[in-house]
Amino acid sequence: MLRLPELEVIIATSLTEALTRLAAGPAARPILGGTDLVANLKTGHTKAQTLVAIGQLPELQGVDASGDVVRIGAAVHQAELARDPDILELFPALAYAVGRIASPQIRNAGTLGGNLCLDTRCRFINQSDLWREALGGCLKSHGKECHVIPGGGGCVAALSADSVPILMVLGAEAEIARVQDGALVTRRTPIADLYDSDGRRHVRIADGELLVAVHVPKLPHGARAVYRKWAVRQSIDFPLVSVAVRLDLDDAGKLKQGKVAIGVLGPRPRLLALDRWAGRTLDEDLAKQVAQYVFDRSHPLPNVLYDHEYRRERLRVEVLRALRTWYAPAAVGGAGR
Amino acid sequence: MTAAENRSAARAAQLLHFQLNGEAVAVAAPPHWTLLEVLRYQLNLTGTKQGCDKGDCGACTVRLDGAPVLSCMTLAALVQGRAVETVEGLGVGGEPHPLQRAFAELGAAQCGFCTPGMLMSAAAYLDDLATREAPAVDTGEISAVLGGNLCRCTGYTKIVQAVAVAAGEVIERTQLLAEMSNDDGGMP
Ligand code: SF4
Ligand code: FES
Ligand code: FES
Repeated sequence: MLRLPELEVIIATSLTEALTRLAAGPAARPILGGTDLVANLKTGHTKAQTLVAIGQLPELQGVDASGDVVRIGAAVHQAELARDPDILELFPALAYAVGRIASPQIRNAGTLGGNLCLDTRCRFINQSDLWREALGGCLKSHGKECHVIPGGGGCVAALSADSVPILMVLGAEAEIARVQDGALVTRRTPIADLYDSDGRRHVRIADGELLVAVHVPKLPHGARAVYRKWAVRQSIDFPLVSVAVRLDLDDAGKLKQGKVAIGVLGPRPRLLALDRWAGRTLDEDLAKQVAQYVFDRSHPLPNVLYDHEYRRERLRVEVLRALRTWYAPAAVGGAGR
Repeated sequence: MTAAENRSAARAAQLLHFQLNGEAVAVAAPPHWTLLEVLRYQLNLTGTKQGCDKGDCGACTVRLDGAPVLSCMTLAALVQGRAVETVEGLGVGGEPHPLQRAFAELGAAQCGFCTPGMLMSAAAYLDDLATREAPAVDTGEISAVLGGNLCRCTGYTKIVQAVAVAAGEVIERTQLLAEMSNDDGGMP
């Protein structure tokens, strides 16, 4: 039996109230579906005295696709987003990515905002108290050393959020609210800049701030994106390799620009531009060059399960498969869209 | 009040009101209790199983406003005013639900620990099937629907078969009902 520690739950009735409560510091944490937070509180590596429930706040609801930029509320459930007709039409790869998060039950409770704020994961921290204690803890708990990079300076636990790489290549932005001098203010930050390289505090959202929505610009003519996830099981599994590819082609089918985002490396996903190949036509030869380019710049660590060298090779394969969806879709193996 | 008294007041049991299997319940629980703990240890509804207690197994699956969720990960405080369904509410008037009958007939339960969670995930799927325009039994879809429920005994084959049998019954019934509503049956 795993119990939650004693804590207080506040059901926020306004965004201002929620922000004021959260400004009390890290002892107060926002909660939506709680599918990550509750497990982390139960196993003791996340601490909180107060949970501020924000699921009812109107600012965090709904998908609005009426403008050039689609606004998705942070509290929209992953299951809802995966079957939303606008998202399926405009960003099928985003619908696919959130539809592959964990399990049906978790997608019914889990939200887009929650996935963006997913805690980093590591095989040395996502364990019971007893297990962690046997190793003397690590930098992310109470210990003095990282077991992934012994002698290293920081925590390199992996960000395993399925929605992040695809939102990065789509050029999405996070809308973050806070109260300043008694007034509600918001700022926008690209998802690509939302993460830091410290696995203990990897989301650049300060105490007293709250992620309220994600804004995704509609794709221009000729642009498309693909997400691919490799995990050992088809369900209830975090990705061990995750990659999103976006290409913008001109009417002749030549590359105008392209982006690749790679997850499950360290705390911060990596974004690579493919502009050096602008003007080229995508074929197997070019796709192999791109896959090699990504391989050379990506270094999965022994922070999650499965051999990191295998995961690196697998990343090259997944990039290649993602690119083949443009010129040889029938030949693409494995899962991805 | 001192700060400590304030804190203990905030952590004291609070009265929760929600719908449970169609009936209103009121139950007191401290804010750090999960829905699973309230069901099993306050309301003595032990049909919902406590497996991993951290979101990995699906044994604790219940329906919240119709959607299957994990009760071990759901704060009881957040079900205030909502509708919860557990395996105890599946059958009607002492009669087993078509899913329960199919599970028994096909031997889809061995130790039975995963069964209540499987049934709740499958029940939501059957309700969804009944609302579709052209419902069909699709074992691939059934596997995906049950993807959040682990079973250590059966190897899943019989479970998927049992859900397929119950789904077939639901589809047949829905089609018959639709035909009868199109057809006045010769009544004047
Ligand atoms: S990366 Fe190092 S410090 Fe971070 S959780 Fe893993 S072992 Fe701990
Ligand atoms: S007991 Fe809830 S998922 Fe295992
Ligand atoms: S019947 Fe034993 S776990 Fe499924």
